[in-house]
Amino acid sequence: MRFFKTLGTKPWLDPTMVSNAGVALAADPLAAPRTALRFIMGIVSVLFFLFIITFLSRSQYPDFQALAGQPWQPFTDPTRLWLNTALLGLSSVAMQWGLVAARREQVNRAVAGISAAVFFAVAFLVAQLELWRHLQGMGYYVNTNPANSYFYLLTAVHGLHILGGLMVLANVVFRVWYDGAMARLSGPLTLCAHYWHFLLGVWLLLFALLTSRVETINLLAALCGF
Amino acid sequence: MQHTAIADQIEEDLHDPHSFVTRYIWSQDHKVIAIQYSITAVFVGLVALVLSGLMRLQLGFPDTFDFIDPSAYLQFVTMHGMIMVIYLLTALLLGGFGNYLIPLMVGARDMVFPYLNMLSFWTYLLSVIVLLASFFVPGGPTGAGWTLYPPQAILQGTPGYDWGIILMLASLAIFIVAFTMGGLNYVTTVLQARTHGLTLMRMPLTIWGIFTATVLGLLAFPALLVSAIMMMLDKVIGTSFFMPALVSLGESLDYTGGSPILFQHLFWFFGHPEVYIVALPAFGMVSDVIATHARKNIFGYRMMVWAIVAIGGLSFVVWAHHMYVSGMHPAFGFFFATTTLIIAVPTALKVYNWVLTLWRGNIHLTVPMLFAIGFIFTFTHGGLTGLFLGNVTIDLPLSDTYFVVAHFHMVMGVSPIMVLFAAIYHWFPLVSGKQLHVGLGKAHFWFTFLGTYAIYLPMHYLGFLGVPRRYFAMGGTDFIPESAQALNASITLAALIVGLSQLIFIYNVIRTLRKGEPAGHNPWGATSLEWQTPDVPPRHGNWGPELPVVHRWAYDFSVPGAERDFIPQNEPEGKGAEG
Repeated sequence: MRFFKTLGTKPWLDPTMVSNAGVALAADPLAAPRTALRFIMGIVSVLFFLFIITFLSRSQYPDFQALAGQPWQPFTDPTRLWLNTALLGLSSVAMQWGLVAARREQVNRAVAGISAAVFFAVAFLVAQLELWRHLQGMGYYVNTNPANSYFYLLTAVHGLHILGGLMVLANVVFRVWYDGAMARLSGPLTLCAHYWHFLLGVWLLLFALLTSRVETINLLAALCGF
Repeated sequence: MQHTAIADQIEEDLHDPHSFVTRYIWSQDHKVIAIQYSITAVFVGLVALVLSGLMRLQLGFPDTFDFIDPSAYLQFVTMHGMIMVIYLLTALLLGGFGNYLIPLMVGARDMVFPYLNMLSFWTYLLSVIVLLASFFVPGGPTGAGWTLYPPQAILQGTPGYDWGIILMLASLAIFIVAFTMGGLNYVTTVLQARTHGLTLMRMPLTIWGIFTATVLGLLAFPALLVSAIMMMLDKVIGTSFFMPALVSLGESLDYTGGSPILFQHLFWFFGHPEVYIVALPAFGMVSDVIATHARKNIFGYRMMVWAIVAIGGLSFVVWAHHMYVSGMHPAFGFFFATTTLIIAVPTALKVYNWVLTLWRGNIHLTVPMLFAIGFIFTFTHGGLTGLFLGNVTIDLPLSDTYFVVAHFHMVMGVSPIMVLFAAIYHWFPLVSGKQLHVGLGKAHFWFTFLGTYAIYLPMHYLGFLGVPRRYFAMGGTDFIPESAQALNASITLAALIVGLSQLIFIYNVIRTLRKGEPAGHNPWGATSLEWQTPDVPPRHGNWGPELPVVHRWAYDFSVPGAERDFIPQNEPEGKGAEG
């Protein structure tokens, strides 16, 4: 463990040591944003972890009705959710494709990949909103059941994180473009792609949780001690 | 094109301010942002101080002040607590001192994301404005207590249940966004922008404290955000995350059976690390103040770092000791009592090490040192009562009494404030280039130190008597003797004196800024990098053309054979030591 090794060093016993730590690390232009992104993904993970823990805890109260399992429940047939998931998956794939192109300095392909990624991400958000309307049409309002509340809440928080990612991506692309240095796109784009895939992973987790049958939810809750 | 690391960029490249507005208002310089953070935090802290004075007036002299009714009293309690913990202490320690000291102490020119840093301050200011706006909305601010427990926080009968609580939750959410932006900067700067030679284990303990506290904040504030969002939804659109099915004022409400206890868990999962978010930077800063003013290396540096990291880790597994009376399973209580007692071990280690640093040191009783020594006293006393409350069987009768109020004020009110004053007196010559008046500083210290004991020692006794906290008036409670009221009156007098004595400090600051003596370069003979800048106060970019190179740790004081009793971190080996 490097961390514990670091905490075990005694640099004052070897005062001639001038290590490469610090600026040498920062000479990599991506070092700082990469560290920040790791922290951001950590924070977002904690955020969703806490939401999910409260979901499992809340699911053990008698008024909780899962959204899948019985024929009349909306996600017993999760086709719509699969379609939305496909959109987000395509967005991730397109982002990766753009990234590979950017690394090969194929600017046009990179731009096409990024554009496709943005298109599919926006399409995902629109499709999620459409799903909200569909649920409301079926009478599943946000405050009629805690399971509904969690569905709206978690999808909204996830959607906001995608919106944030889109804004950062726009900033990255325009800054690189403005500087006329498209060749340097691949660095920041790598970080964007990491975030994109991370949010896809978060969505898959939420998808699995929100469409779980009551037995599965109860099992997970029991494992967590609720 | 060769990229230049941010720490290596020369001054002109670094978002150089060209006008008054970019220099002092929309500034991206960490030092200006730190001062902006500090002024805002101190201002809002003074508001909270006045609120505490009003509360004490009611408690000390009930039925005397017509303008303090039960609702107003509860609102004062709530706003005082929330402002002091979040908007003063967290913001001042991390936004203020963190911003000022991190780049200077790690030898960087600025934070790694200066624009985000600026955004962090303005978002923080917005959160303060939203919070203070709740004083002016119908119904006033929330009076739910700083813990904002549902269901009462959002139900009729609690002051500010309508607008007040909504603004409070919104303000907290905005604050968390601001903190996250700032916090990302602090951790990334520490990890990625340290100058040549500054390994992690050569960093001053101030940076270790601020760094670990920031990591705690980044991981703990999401819990508050989650609870704020869910409570807001319960309030505004009628979800039932926390709200149980209940009858209020004879009317059955639409809530369907949520869990108020769930909120408590979330709140304290944030709330307990928050104690250490406040304490760890204070631990770090006081270590540096003590070492510098005792002219001795900090005792057990590595142990101190380990203790900071261990306290940070353990702070996430003790939260439910705030909830012993919530009806939890006894095994659960046992677990949290055990972890709570374990966290006392690294904390006690730190106290021993501070004392052992003083042992046979060349103690200079300067104003910062007085406050630092005062801190060792107040923190030890506050910590010891924490051992009482950490045990379930002792906590149950003492819960919600003034014993708890006395405990947490000693340990995370008075103690961090002592360190904050130590830090302000210590670093003021760096920030302003002028030295605060010593006589006024000593008067300020003695009024504050003795005054806080006059306030909080008797409060422990009130707690043993069973006087409950948060009560507007005692009424005809049989088990509380009338003498308790006399004690309350004396506490109020002490509190007012301590409150007013802060004017000495404010006068000292204003006087010094206007006509103080120049402090000169490194007046305390400190070793760490922030005192080695070419200009005092440091100019934009901090270091002139060349970044400093670090050759040693930050505690080379009174090294045998050295020509001076300190060797700065950037002094090459062989130059200072051999003399």
